[in-house]
Amino acid sequence: MEKRIIAAQKEFNLRKFFFQWEWMLVLILIIINIINASLSPYYLNFKSIIDATMTFLDKAFIVLPMAFVIILGDIDISVASTVALSSVVMAVSYNNLGLPMELAMVICLVVGTLCGLINGLLITKFKELSAVIVTLSTMIIYRGIAYIILEDQASGKFPQWFSYLGWGYVGGIPFILIVFAIFAVIFGLLLHKTTFGRRVYAMGNNITASRFSGVQVDKIKTVIFTLAGFMSGVTALFLTSKMGSTRPNVATGYELDVIAMVVLGGVSTSGGKGRIIGTILSIFVIGLLRYGLGLKNVPAQMLLIIIGLLLVIAVMIPNIKINTGKAHKLHKTKA
Amino acid sequence: MSEIVLEKKLKVTGISKFRELGLLVFIILLSVLVQLRNPNFLTLENINDMIKNTAILSILTVGMMLVIVTRGIDLSIGSTLALSGMVSALTVSANMNLHPLLAILLGTVIGTACGCIVGFLVSKARILPIIATLGMMNVYRGLTFMISGGKWVSAHQMPASFKAIATSSILGINVLIFIAILIYIIFYYFINHTRTGRQIYAVGSNPEAATISGINTVKVLWMVYTIMGALAGLAGVLWVSKFASAQGDTAMGYEMDVIAACVLGGVNIAGGSGKISGIILGSLLLGILNNALPLINVSPFWQEAIQGVIILVAVIVNALVKRNVDRKNLMRRKI
Repeated sequence: MEKRIIAAQKEFNLRKFFFQWEWMLVLILIIINIINASLSPYYLNFKSIIDATMTFLDKAFIVLPMAFVIILGDIDISVASTVALSSVVMAVSYNNLGLPMELAMVICLVVGTLCGLINGLLITKFKELSAVIVTLSTMIIYRGIAYIILEDQASGKFPQWFSYLGWGYVGGIPFILIVFAIFAVIFGLLLHKTTFGRRVYAMGNNITASRFSGVQVDKIKTVIFTLAGFMSGVTALFLTSKMGSTRPNVATGYELDVIAMVVLGGVSTSGGKGRIIGTILSIFVIGLLRYGLGLKNVPAQMLLIIIGLLLVIAVMIPNIKINTGKAHKLHKTKA
Repeated sequence: MSEIVLEKKLKVTGISKFRELGLLVFIILLSVLVQLRNPNFLTLENINDMIKNTAILSILTVGMMLVIVTRGIDLSIGSTLALSGMVSALTVSANMNLHPLLAILLGTVIGTACGCIVGFLVSKARILPIIATLGMMNVYRGLTFMISGGKWVSAHQMPASFKAIATSSILGINVLIFIAILIYIIFYYFINHTRTGRQIYAVGSNPEAATISGINTVKVLWMVYTIMGALAGLAGVLWVSKFASAQGDTAMGYEMDVIAACVLGGVNIAGGSGKISGIILGSLLLGILNNALPLINVSPFWQEAIQGVIILVAVIVNALVKRNVDRKNLMRRKI
């Protein structure tokens, strides 16, 4: 009986390798590229695809820590407001307070980190409150502070070199892509090769068991939410550089895109499952999809609908898969 | 044994009474303070205006309370409201002779359909409420823009009979207020005195136990989100009639006001508890704040942040009160 179960599991694993969600994403990515290429004859060359990444990579920085947050089984919907607040503070400290741009950029990262830290502390100090309600209220507060600071004004006039962040190249490759690749490797190693990463998975699967086995649950949770804040600061840098100016309503709706990317990347919203490689693939899937629809002049409202549906469907698919998987296993053991 | 239970019950009702009394005192204090700053606040005209403005909010709050009681949250209601408002506005502008009651019915049906879809995703497909409603929020918002082609339906396109919904009165009470009172009476009966109503609370306080005791949790969840959608649809028609314009971005972010009113009214975000009397006070307090802040010359840019802080403080206070009650109960058990 036992042997049979193990055999069944082994067979399942072999099959699992080819039926991994990541291969599915690769397939979708190829299909999207084929469609994009058929829409525009200028699309399918290396340079144009590389350039296309510049249009969507700014929010990709938040996807990495968000994967951690969702693996924990939590969610952070305040990230877009954090982007807005840190971007606005940076602009004001350069333009109105006369600080040097380098310092203003550091302040931007510090503000982002602080926002994340506040989220983390609130969530771990008040365990009765879910991450949903805490980040929901800080989402309003951070965006509200951005409005208090800048009201309905825009703030721009950054030094010339600042636009390099969003638009510059290093040896023919966009600077933003290189920075993203570095962060992706760091976060990938952190999640898959360190004890920190293993603990994150453990907490996502069973937080009580993790606490009893000596994992410093609160500390890890605070660190992860702080990381999400820091990376929102990084996004603020690149986004502001790309746009050349900032407003309090900047990055509205980014949380939807980011969560959609993470979830489409195969990270389960019930926690404990998911890999960085999947989320990176899904960044490119959604990014290039948007780019392609943009080529076709699809209106922005249609994009809203598509991304929303994509998010819901992406969450629905693994739920269905788990059901059939269980049925499958049960069937096998019975036989 | 029964004495202890009775005592505990007394203690708990005592605390919740105390909370509502505290809220009431706070509302009175706030009104007095605002009155001292601006004598126009407590005039009959302004109070009437304020209650009229709060009516739509309070209709939505009932539905949101039911959703939060089942441990869920619904971020899609602002979009549902806009969609059903837009559809009914477009319909009445095309058929000027349509009876206003039919317009209300149409909006409610659209809202019910929207809520039904969300309910399906949450109950049947078992998607986290926050993800499902975040996705559908964007889908419905996108649809609103699509069907209107990005254009407004303005006052002169609407028949007078439709605009009169919000201005006429029944039995000397403004229709908006009348509908709100009617809904509160119906739902007071529904959640306190019907089996299905009590099942909502059972599902919220312990889903597993509810399932084991034979409650169809899927059905209850589905119903709750459908009710929420129906109320949002109704509110959509009232909103459009009141402001005499339907826009693509109607009620954007309004879900936050509704959640705030619930949380202020003592609805526990962890599910299982929430009272009609509490949310009346909650919506009233939020209505007073929205009305009073401009009257005492608080810049509109401060309002968002203030609202966020209020939500956060309210949930933290709720958590602390609950902690206190739990500790007291625990101590009594020891003796």
